[in-house]
Amino acid sequence: MDFTLSKEQELVQKMYREFAENEVKPLAQEVDEEERFPEETVKKMAKLGMMGIYFPKEYGGAGADVLSYVMAVEELSKVCGTTGVIVSAHTSLCAAPIFENGTPAQKEKYLPKLCSGEWLGAFGLTEPGAGTDAQGQQTVAVLDEATDEWVLNGSKIFITNAGYANVFIIIAVTGTVLDRRGRKQKEISAFIVERTDPGFSVGKHEKKMGIRGSSTCELIFEDCRIPKDRMLGAKGKGFALAMKTLDGGRIGIASQALGIAEGALDETVAYVKERKQFGRSISAFQNTQFELAEMKARVDAAKYLVYKAALKKQEAMDGAKIRYSVEAAEAKLIASRTASDVTRRCLQLFGGYGYTRDYPIERMMRDAKITEIYEGTSEVQMMVISGDLLK
Amino acid sequence: MKAIVCVKQVPDTSGKVAVKPDGTLDRASMATITNPDDLSALEAALELKEQTGCEVVVVSMGPFTAEGMLRECIARGADRAVLISGREFGGSDTFATSQIIAAGINKIGVGPEDVVFCGRQAIDGDTAQVGPQIAEKLHLPQVTYVAGIKKEGDSLICKRMLEDGYMTLKVKTPCLLTCIKELNTPRYMSVSGIFECYSKPLEIFDYPALKDDPLIETDTIGLKGSPTNVFKSFTPPQKGAGTMVESASALVGILNDKHLI
Repeated sequence: MDFTLSKEQELVQKMYREFAENEVKPLAQEVDEEERFPEETVKKMAKLGMMGIYFPKEYGGAGADVLSYVMAVEELSKVCGTTGVIVSAHTSLCAAPIFENGTPAQKEKYLPKLCSGEWLGAFGLTEPGAGTDAQGQQTVAVLDEATDEWVLNGSKIFITNAGYANVFIIIAVTGTVLDRRGRKQKEISAFIVERTDPGFSVGKHEKKMGIRGSSTCELIFEDCRIPKDRMLGAKGKGFALAMKTLDGGRIGIASQALGIAEGALDETVAYVKERKQFGRSISAFQNTQFELAEMKARVDAAKYLVYKAALKKQEAMDGAKIRYSVEAAEAKLIASRTASDVTRRCLQLFGGYGYTRDYPIERMMRDAKITEIYEGTSEVQMMVISGDLLK
Repeated sequence: MKAIVCVKQVPDTSGKVAVKPDGTLDRASMATITNPDDLSALEAALELKEQTGCEVVVVSMGPFTAEGMLRECIARGADRAVLISGREFGGSDTFATSQIIAAGINKIGVGPEDVVFCGRQAIDGDTAQVGPQIAEKLHLPQVTYVAGIKKEGDSLICKRMLEDGYMTLKVKTPCLLTCIKELNTPRYMSVSGIFECYSKPLEIFDYPALKDDPLIETDTIGLKGSPTNVFKSFTPPQKGAGTMVESASALVGILNDKHLI
């Protein structure tokens, strides 16, 4: 596996770093404290092509590759976990499923606006009674044959980008089917819902422990009517579409986790060189050195898993008939654990100052935790990995 | 219509500054950046492109490694690049450099509506001489220290920054402007720009390519064509801590004693 960056990837990484340092980092504390969605940053990223990095130019994308997208989420998350997940959810959970499953008309309608950042995207699978058990879906979609419209009823919760998104990929029950053993199963399909569709509304905004600037809300469907041609993918294939979408999403979240861990380590290396105790920098103590060394090795190990998953997804994008579920699950499992572990240990090296909000390390520790939960908990990642091992 | 932008790759002085035993900069061991004022010049050209649809050509004189910087300029939005590079050009001072760059610009061609943009000065030499010298050698009107540009017909209205105020000048094209950082905020490279920049044209002008220009003679380029004689390069000794004075009258007393006032 060759992780040598191409000239273009090196240059794009340099651009992301400059952008993150100058435009994202100065806002990170305020975005967290005020629980403010950084709209101005999204506009700036849109101008630079960061809202459609790996999609082809014909759909308004930047024509880059999956690794360049992964590096964007990584570099943004080094300084602000909120900004990282905005790009990740928009790209992996909304633009990607439309690109991979949409009809030519759907792609033409939605991708240019999503890739240019004019529209922001989101994805709704989770419900109050259906999280890890995605089969427990309660949201239903019924076709009104008189008007040729789907009528959606139900609600979704914990939806990233919800308050600012214009396009939502929504998973809903469209009937019942019999499984191979003749048991009744819910037939699940996917739909594209627009913010302005009648009967659709955004509900309660969640107050969270971390990624506090990210807009996480409830979605409500009350006789929400959408044209028949808004079904995404084939009828009854919504569950598979959602799972495949999450495979990609997990690479994005793994990149976010990786970035948070790297950002915490960067802050800590700078801090331990300056902080003096017993007449010398705390970097002179072997405990500090060993902690840093182990964290660096773990971060690099996570990085290789994340980049490997990105390269596997790239192969699929390039036409190979392969899945990358296991690679994505491994990357997310290890990167999110590393993020939580590294931020906690970094905070310990910061001591009392790390516990204050004058330093970014406590924010990074709070931001890290969500990466072990959303887009499939760590336990779900282990189910995916062991399921493949024992099949 | 074209905007020709002169850019220079310079050592990154925000990092480690390495000096050779003879007192000159050890460029090889320092990280490089695009000269900051030149990025303002490029931004001004790109803004002109947005207004008029003109072509933006970046030109630099330097070693082959300067290609990376030129690619970055393309990734920001320039259409093509020219790298003037040759052993014969080595050792040039500002006179010889402007001689060579002017010949390069002649080869690119300056049309009646064209504008040449330069940065005010480079952070390594800090001379602010190359831009004005290029203008003289190309017989172009020049405006230096430009802090604002507005296109008006076949002219540009330029705001020129002085030490104690501004001067507004109207200049007919073709012309040369040297830009200061207050002029604008340089844009970032874009993702799509980056992924296209290696497929856009980059021409190399070597000595044979430029030798027929009347500006290029063996005694007008390189070390031989450089009238500047560096007597000695040295790092000035650091100033020690100053003396704190309690009151204004005590300060006046000291200055008086030294016959400074």
